Amino acid sequence: MELKTPLYETHVQHKGKIVPFAGYLLPVQYGSGVIAEHMAVRTACGIFDVSHMGEILCEGRDAVKNLNFLLTNDYTVMADGQARYSPMCNESGGVVDDLIVYKVREDHYLIVVNAANKDKDFVWMKEHAFGEVSFTDISASVAQIALQGPKAEAILRKLVPDEMIPEKYYSCNFDGRIGGIRCMISRTGYTGEDGFEFYLAAEEAQRLWELLLETGKEEGVICCGLGARDTLRLEASMPLYGHEMTDDITPFEAGLGYFVRMDKGDFIGRAALEERGAPKQKRVGLRVTGRGIIREHCSVYADGKQIGVTTSGTHCPYLKAPLAMALVDCAYTEPGTQVEADVRGRRVEAEVVRLPFYKRGQ
Amino acid sequence: MKHPENLVYSRSHEWVKFIDETTALIGITDYAQDALGDLVFVNLPEVGDEVTSGEPFGDVESVKAVSDIFSPVTGTVAQINEDLLDAPENLNEDPYGAWMIRVEHITDKEELLDAAAYIAFYESEEE
Repeated sequence: MELKTPLYETHVQHKGKIVPFAGYLLPVQYGSGVIAEHMAVRTACGIFDVSHMGEILCEGRDAVKNLNFLLTNDYTVMADGQARYSPMCNESGGVVDDLIVYKVREDHYLIVVNAANKDKDFVWMKEHAFGEVSFTDISASVAQIALQGPKAEAILRKLVPDEMIPEKYYSCNFDGRIGGIRCMISRTGYTGEDGFEFYLAAEEAQRLWELLLETGKEEGVICCGLGARDTLRLEASMPLYGHEMTDDITPFEAGLGYFVRMDKGDFIGRAALEERGAPKQKRVGLRVTGRGIIREHCSVYADGKQIGVTTSGTHCPYLKAPLAMALVDCAYTEPGTQVEADVRGRRVEAEVVRLPFYKRGQ
Repeated sequence: MKHPENLVYSRSHEWVKFIDETTALIGITDYAQDALGDLVFVNLPEVGDEVTSGEPFGDVESVKAVSDIFSPVTGTVAQINEDLLDAPENLNEDPYGAWMIRVEHITDKEELLDAAAYIAFYESEEE
């Protein structure tokens, strides 16, 4: 039985095409379609329901020590209101989940995790807790709405005083108030564009959704579904758990080495990552040079042998090209390397390209 | 959603327009294109290929998924709509203008529905 987010009725009213995803009923697209929604986010603005994401509080005198042990990134020095991404590794160096930690204030942190992994993550965190710390799953009472695109800031400016808007990417304001609705305003997102994510009480979600939609009319804001969320993140080359990272794929292989601080002291998975040494395979971008679309789980070949497998892939609407990400043997990661992918029994030619495929302002 | 009276329809959501008894154009219905979403790639057979009633002759891809397209008739591919290879969005914008293949020497066909029966069919399927 799938759960409904606090915005379920809103999606139905706006004619969203509802599908089950990570245990929730969510819109995969609205009437305008995935391509129009994708383009709206690249050129104007889109609004997404991401209430399925999990929120876990980590609190107590040993909160930061616990975070530093659970996660690969370093949380020692952090300002209040700052956000920091990290993989969370298992003992063998594979990835349990990837997540974002917000520092609320000293000894108080908010962890945002993937919907499909939430229960697993919560158990994992509690199992590994030590000292004075508590983990509390508050997901059921929290709604999350993302406003993404080059016009997102202009829309928000119509609703709140300038000083309420977090200036820096990956920072937030916990005391936001939009049209009388209390919310946390975070300058983050999963689209490759500037934008905001609003965390608020579930019962206020519908009102904020309609307010943002109404306020952003002039700027061209439209409702966007999971389909566009996936094409946007792929085009921006952002990894997705279960695709670019799994229990068996390390952060180094996934190209997330920047978020692994080997020098910070011990953490879960550190010993295994050290022992494994330099990765033998790495995440690369593939651009189709032949005819077709390369999706996930396609074998990748070069020099007459299999060198890897794709982890995500589809036609990317803004770049108007079929693109894929793949995990391949390190000898084949140089941009320009010619490869082939097996697409349902047919070989499709592709070329290794530098990631990200798309970066805003370029 | 439009389903012209002068066409016949398969339960796998293709339309068939008979030009004469053994020649027909085949495409996908308005209902199908709407359900599939924005199409970004089309795979068609080659001229001269045999197609068989009830078996796939090609596929279409949206950003989300690949879907087989089934032939409602048995015969030989006489022509393919090459425009679709560069403009798969025509299937969304004009599903009855954007025919996919022309089949000749048709020797067999599945039981096809008229417009009213086709609408009744997919409406019952949705319930």
